[in-house]
Amino acid sequence: MRAWKFGNDIDTDAIIPGRFLTIYDPAELAKHAFEGTRDEFAKGARAGDVVVGGTNFGCGSSREHAPLALLGAGIRVVIAASFARIFYRNAVNTGLLPLVCAGVDEIRDGDAVSVDVAGGFITVNGKQFAVEPVPGFLRTIVEAGGLVAYAKDLERVETCSTE
Amino acid sequence: MAATIAEKIFSQTCGRAVRAGDVVMAPVDAAMIHDITGPLAVRVFREMGGERVYDPERIIMLFDHQIPADSIPAAENHVFMRQFAAEQGIHNYDLLEGVCHQVVMEKGRAAPGEIIVGTDSHTCTYGAAGAFATGIGSTDMGFVLKFGALYFRVPESILLTVDGTFDRRVGPKDLILSLAGDIGADGATYRTLEFTGGAIREMSMAGRMTCANMAIEMGAKAGIVPPDAATWDYVAARRDIEPFDLASDPDAAYAERRHYDVTDLAPQVAVPHNVDNVVDVGGVAGTKVDQVFIGSCTNGRYEDLAEAAEVLGTADAFASGVRVIVIPASRTEYLKALRAGLIERFVEAGALVEAPCCGPCMGGAFGLLAPGEVSLSTSNRNFRGRQGSTQASVYLASPATAAASALYGEITDPREV
Repeated sequence: MRAWKFGNDIDTDAIIPGRFLTIYDPAELAKHAFEGTRDEFAKGARAGDVVVGGTNFGCGSSREHAPLALLGAGIRVVIAASFARIFYRNAVNTGLLPLVCAGVDEIRDGDAVSVDVAGGFITVNGKQFAVEPVPGFLRTIVEAGGLVAYAKDLERVETCSTE
Repeated sequence: MAATIAEKIFSQTCGRAVRAGDVVMAPVDAAMIHDITGPLAVRVFREMGGERVYDPERIIMLFDHQIPADSIPAAENHVFMRQFAAEQGIHNYDLLEGVCHQVVMEKGRAAPGEIIVGTDSHTCTYGAAGAFATGIGSTDMGFVLKFGALYFRVPESILLTVDGTFDRRVGPKDLILSLAGDIGADGATYRTLEFTGGAIREMSMAGRMTCANMAIEMGAKAGIVPPDAATWDYVAARRDIEPFDLASDPDAAYAERRHYDVTDLAPQVAVPHNVDNVVDVGGVAGTKVDQVFIGSCTNGRYEDLAEAAEVLGTADAFASGVRVIVIPASRTEYLKALRAGLIERFVEAGALVEAPCCGPCMGGAFGLLAPGEVSLSTSNRNFRGRQGSTQASVYLASPATAAASALYGEITDPREV
């Protein structure tokens, strides 16, 4: 898995610019991912590659086109020092796994990264780094494969219930 | 047990004590969808097996990002949403009323104590009405359309106490930009910003909306101004509601408490390409601008246009070579500005006045920047590529600073005009 390394505060306008928001198909969105800020991503990303960010990854708009564009490019995992709130939730809901990892500074662009979700760690350059588990109530959604799969067979929800 | 206003809103909604850190499936009082993120929410609702929305009365639909349709796909989105509204019995404001956050507020669709979600990150604006309001993605919205509820992690709060009196031509936008600079783009992630203090109490509803609107620029889940007489007057003029007590307990537990004083605050400017990259206007004064945008959910209200017009004064024209785009945030605000003669002044001075919509802030519809161009904007984001080319630069400032800069063709301190 090749790492595509990005910096801090990668916003959703960078992930998918506003002029492409009438597109909903992930594969089509992927053609414009990081357009203008990192054009080689759309051409070079391969299924199974991972996106690695610094702090506050996915800040900005609530546009779900951002995780969809990454999914369309074959990305299944985003690793960052921290995530913006809406992006994190959108990622979980759409089946893109966001992993919080304190070791992202050690990852360079192009490094081979292997992810052991069950084990709770990633391996890069022969070193292991722990990743924070997705919090409880969101884990159910991750395990279901996204919120659509989770909600499909639900008839109703019990409001004011806790997780 | 002492509680913050955010904890009280969830507790009152759920009929039991709910504390920060708790995760609850809370019913939502209102859900807003627009032309950009709405179509995806509707598709997801269908994929989830949704047939009838949980309560059409609680759903607010309108179009504001790409209006009138700027492309065939945008027009198709509008048709798709209109059909959904008709089928489900949802009232659709369509493209007639203006920018979503202004419309929700001015139509009285947000009130103290409510939990409101919207598929737009600036949904936090309704915190100015004392609501807990937060932006969500389209898939969460599909869930809300089907079930009328959503999982929330009740956030910890940061108490911001803001005192003092603003200098002439310094105001709420300068305050919220300075807060973004101080707190940082992720300094309030997963938290609620609670705005209190004398400077907030003295602030108009328009100013409070400007502040709550930009809570997300610090990563906050919500930004709440506890309701006072001004809030209740605003909301009661728009819907049938009786005031009730809703405030944090003095001994509530906060993640942080911060104090600010606006007395010596200079006009603030967010410099490319991050909202927390904030300097006093003097630090960038003299920077040439190609475009000035006065509008958006942050600063497109009558008060903002009046602030800009006051700086324009009796000047004949804006600087030559500067494109000045003025977009009132709603039809109502447009009419107020029109009747007060502001629109006439802007047009006389050479501005393009457009019908209420998101305009250049959407970064796709119109008003885009070429590589190398510089824009000064009263909106809320200056990310690289936000208003067109990734090689362009966007500065954020108040309507007063925007008007002063439009007059001189370069970033200008409005106090010196």
